[in-house]
Amino acid sequence: MRRTSPAWALTRGVLLVLFAVFFFGPLLAMLDYSTRKDGASGRTGHWWSQLVTNPDLRGAIITSLLLALFTVVLMLVLLVPTMIWVRLRVPGASRLVEFLCLLPLTVPPLVIVVGISNVYAWVTYLFGDSALTLTFAYVVLVLPFAYRSIDAALAAIDAATLSEAARSLGAGWVTVIVRVVVPNIWSGIMGAAFITVALVLGEFVFSSLLHFDTLPVEINLLGKSQSHTSVAASLASILFVSALLLSLSFVGRRSRGTKGTTR
Amino acid sequence: MTTSPATRTGTTVRLDDLRRTYGSVHALDGLSLELGAGELVVLLGPSGCGKTTALRILAGLEEATSGTVEVGGKDITRVPANKRDMGMVFQAYSLFPHMTVRDNVAFGLRLRGQSTDRRTARAREMLEMVGLAEHEHRYAHQLSGGQQQRVALARALAIEPAVLLLDEPLSALDAKVRVQLRDEIRRVQLEVGTTTLFVTHDQEEALAVADRVGVMNAGRLDQIAPPTELYAQPATRFVAEFVGLSNKLPARVLDGRADVLGSRVPTVAGSVTGSGTALVRPESVTVAEAGDADGNARVVSVAFLGPVSRVYCRLDDGQEVLAQVASSLAARLSPESRISVGVEATPVLVVE
Amino acid sequence: MSRARRLVPALGLVPFLLYLLVFLVAPTVTVIVLAFQEQGRFTLGNLQVVTSGTALHALAESLVVSVSTAVIGAVLGALLAYIVVTMPERSLVRRAVTSLAGVLAQFGGVTLAFVFIATLSFNGVLTVALKSAVGIDLYGNGWLFGIPGLVLVYTYFQIPLMVIVFLPALEGLRPQWREAAVNLGATTWDYWRRVAIPLLTPAFLGSLLLLFANAFAAYATAAALISQGQPILPLLIRSALVSEVMLGRHGLAYALAFEMVIVVAVVMLAYTLLLRRTSRWLR
Repeated sequence: MRRTSPAWALTRGVLLVLFAVFFFGPLLAMLDYSTRKDGASGRTGHWWSQLVTNPDLRGAIITSLLLALFTVVLMLVLLVPTMIWVRLRVPGASRLVEFLCLLPLTVPPLVIVVGISNVYAWVTYLFGDSALTLTFAYVVLVLPFAYRSIDAALAAIDAATLSEAARSLGAGWVTVIVRVVVPNIWSGIMGAAFITVALVLGEFVFSSLLHFDTLPVEINLLGKSQSHTSVAASLASILFVSALLLSLSFVGRRSRGTKGTTR
Repeated sequence: MTTSPATRTGTTVRLDDLRRTYGSVHALDGLSLELGAGELVVLLGPSGCGKTTALRILAGLEEATSGTVEVGGKDITRVPANKRDMGMVFQAYSLFPHMTVRDNVAFGLRLRGQSTDRRTARAREMLEMVGLAEHEHRYAHQLSGGQQQRVALARALAIEPAVLLLDEPLSALDAKVRVQLRDEIRRVQLEVGTTTLFVTHDQEEALAVADRVGVMNAGRLDQIAPPTELYAQPATRFVAEFVGLSNKLPARVLDGRADVLGSRVPTVAGSVTGSGTALVRPESVTVAEAGDADGNARVVSVAFLGPVSRVYCRLDDGQEVLAQVASSLAARLSPESRISVGVEATPVLVVE
Repeated sequence: MSRARRLVPALGLVPFLLYLLVFLVAPTVTVIVLAFQEQGRFTLGNLQVVTSGTALHALAESLVVSVSTAVIGAVLGALLAYIVVTMPERSLVRRAVTSLAGVLAQFGGVTLAFVFIATLSFNGVLTVALKSAVGIDLYGNGWLFGIPGLVLVYTYFQIPLMVIVFLPALEGLRPQWREAAVNLGATTWDYWRRVAIPLLTPAFLGSLLLLFANAFAAYATAAALISQGQPILPLLIRSALVSEVMLGRHGLAYALAFEMVIVVAVVMLAYTLLLRRTSRWLR
């Protein structure tokens, strides 16, 4: 029953082309816009070079990248041991942990920002007023996505059985976690890390309303005076994040294919 | 479980030289089959032999590359699937999950524009027939696998189809449920009298319910015969090995009789002459206790199966033989006992 | 094992729970509590402001944007998902579209605003091209930087989001259902009307609700596009937070944020209920 009528194949092709134009056209426009000489014709790399020569922009890029790194680390440190621990030792709490991890999806970041000023007064008191303190808030924002990625990986390998086998051979809990479970959920961990980076690089609500200077904030600021630079920076960000997320789908596919092989 | 086919009414079916190729793969390689009125024919074979393809072509869900399908004497090869008057039971998951059991069964009737009262009455009638009348308001996910298949059967029969098609309906069920349900399906089929094509890979199932069994191998029909004939007189090596167990013993054939394990037995038509391999069923192998210096074999092991037992024997020349004997005899045997092994005088198939 | 010993492993969860308490629960509770407070005293006064002209207008516009982008995104996204599902599973186009949907659904924020600024602003690529080629003025009165522009821009990520959320439901339609329906005499229309559409409706509605919540809570893109005025709720909250002109304006921010929480929570609750029904049918 898998016969595709030629009428449908044609319709499908036309619709796909229309969708492609809608989604990729503007991206191509960005490329054009960011390489255009303002007022004159011809191409220029001036706007793109701003990514390194403009000190504010450069600083913001570094800040955002560092923030991404810090957030990934803190998120992994907080989430991975907790999720593994729940799976192996406190399975009754799994519903609670799932609910809490998905809760940030229901509370708009804007709301959290509104209510977080007290907490952040505290945080900046303890840790100074570097933009890197945003890490604490960002971990909460990426929680649902990281949770889903790691949870899927844990489910796929039946962590409980693996840990029982390891324990019966004499392994302690630390060994079980570090040498048995973690190596096998690596794809889930990588997925969580990549998606965290993607989200942090684009995060604007917290950074702008708490007055920190991250990449999106700087892009927005430059938008008034040098829109070409903003477009270049946006396109760079988009390309980087897309590369990350696309490689995710390939990592996932490969690890599924080699499931069952041992190292 | 059979009744005489001659006393049943129903529609005849004829598949004529069906072929189905995908690129270089021949799923069906010239299948010709006739079903008599009210007959239940089972297509039996391993996965990939083409049995499901044949069924789906009959249902109209797939198209044959060449060949014709006739139902009641009319050529329906080009008729679309939803205009063929057939009811089909799938292997699993075919009940509509958003409808109650009763609405599922009445679905075909609804499509035919029957009034609500008539539909409901007929649906109830069918559910009674399969013993699920009190579940009419339930949903598929609330029923067990066996119950779901019974609803599927009721749904297929509600429209009074000319032909009933069953695509491995028991394969997804537990062993015990399988046995109960296959008897149930046969009982219902006999009661309603619909011509039926039943596809399975389980030979015990096939032998238990069929009027005739057709064994398929690589897109062709190797043999089609009533169950007893198929079992006792397999026409090809494939049939002999697929249906039931077979020992492969060296034999010499002369004048229509074969020399096997020192016994002379008749041969089945189609056997080779000269030297070859005889396919002997375990229950046709005879085992007798022997003294220490007598006999022609030793017992390797005994497996107790309840009413019968299987005795694994090794002949003095190294040949291994599997025998099925009464448990009372097997109880007196133990590993390394000396025994005499022979063959009963039932016809055997001798192949190369 | 004694009760105390059984609780010991649960202690492993404490760091996690504490963290969430401080950085998620506390802010949310703060908003809810302070929405009803005015300089330390309980009051419903903030809620009165919420029902005032500006605030109500912002809410209305937010609802308009969210509903329209949810509907457009849901319909077009369902169409695209349907296109995908009719292609063979291993086909390159299908895998490409699915992966790209995953990427595009994450778009948003500031960068998305600039995607469209590059295309449709006064000297945007498309605007310039159309003006010189056919004389059409796409920029007009600057609609891109107002509500209509927001609707267009939001659609850019709503469609892929719909594909991701709705595709599993389409994939959950078992071929046996179609074959059984056909076998019982159904035409294509019968199948869609009596089997496929009833089965897909909860998933479709649920996905639509998710898209609504997504648009309603979105902030960054609007903040980047709309610099004048506060036509929608999130931007009104921004101005309430940022404004130092009026003391006690902070109460307004809390009340508005509280309003936002209520709307999103209700929608997500409905979404969860619909999801449960779908997963029972289309697992």
